[in-house]
Formats: sequence, structure tokens, C-alpha cells
Amino acid sequence: MESDLVTADMVEATEFPHLSMRYQVRAVPRTIVNETGAIEGGLPEHMFVDQVVAAASQS
Amino acid sequence: MALLQGRDRQRVQSELASLANPVKLINFTQELACEYCRDTEQIARELGELSDKLQVEVYNFQIDKEQVARYRIDKIPALVVEGEKDYGVRFYGIPMGYEFMSLLGAIKDAGARATGLAAKTKAALATLVKPVHLQVYVTPT
Repeated sequence: MESDLVTADMVEATEFPHLSMRYQVRAVPRTIVNETGAIEGGLPEHMFVDQVVAAASQS
Repeated sequence: MALLQGRDRQRVQSELASLANPVKLINFTQELACEYCRDTEQIARELGELSDKLQVEVYNFQIDKEQVARYRIDKIPALVVEGEKDYGVRFYGIPMGYEFMSLLGAIKDAGARATGLAAKTKAALATLVKPVHLQVYVTPT
């Protein structure tokens, strides 16, 4: 909501096993950033956004 | 039979009572070969009953190709939470358990036209220069 550049999908892992396999979801939550980056677990907001920005800059 | 019942239904209704602005909950579904489509549609419709500010639209993933393309839906069941514009927020799969609270949170944020994110977070987001697609994989419990 806060950025027009960000789209956010919440995906129920067990209903979409092919995606869980593709993105190597072994524990939840696991956040995939632009197909290639991954953030493991639930992080405090400031750490999460830092990792999103970092992953986005590398993709 | 209602999926939202008794005290749960009352609690959700009081949560949605504070919606200041209209919100659209847009559901993409189909009849066959989709285990959780029916329940997801029912949850969407029941939520719509709980607030005049929450408008529910239901589209068929197979038939309503124009809307599927407009909202870039690639799997079902899908829920789009839309405020004054499409924020790019999607829920794929049935919103049960903790996901239901996330959905409720998204509806409330959309109704407020604001999130509770920290100023620092907003500043970090403002540094983005190209599109970022997040997929948060979760399970119902």
C-alpha cells in the first residue's frame, strides 16, 4: 500500500505445492523477493524492509 | 452453514465497523477442480455482509478473462483487497487461521487508506526504483 512499486502476494503454501517446491518453502513464513531473493521467518519491521530493499537491489 | 459464526462473527463485525472508506474485496474462483474455492468465496461473501463499506465482487477465473488480466491473477482461489486504487495486495488460497487475521488487517488498512508502518519503513520504501514483487508463503495454522 505504501509503495506503488511493491506488489504483495500472500500464498497458502499447502494449496500450491508446485510453488512451494519451486521456491523451496520448508518453513513458513518464507518471503520471495522478485523470484530470486528469499527472507526466512518473521522479522521485525525494520529488518524486514531492509532485507526487501537489499534483495530488490540485487534482482 | 455460515463459516463465520457467533462470537467470531460479532468480533469481525466490530473490527469492520471502523472502516472509514469503501473497500473492495474481489474474489476469483471456479466451480470445479479447486478444493478451497467454494469456502473462500463464502468467506468473502460473509465478510461483505458485515459492513456496508465492504463491497464483494466475485469473478470466475475461467470465464471473466478481462478481470483476470486486469488484476493479473494467475492462481485461485484469489482475493484482491482494493481501496481507492489497486494496491497490488493479493491473498492466494483460503484465508483461514492466522491468514484470516492478515486479510482482516489488509481490509482495515485499505479502509483507513493508511498502514501502520513506521516512518523509517516508508522512507526505505521510497528509495525503491524498480518494481518489487513479494510472495509471502504461509500455512493456515
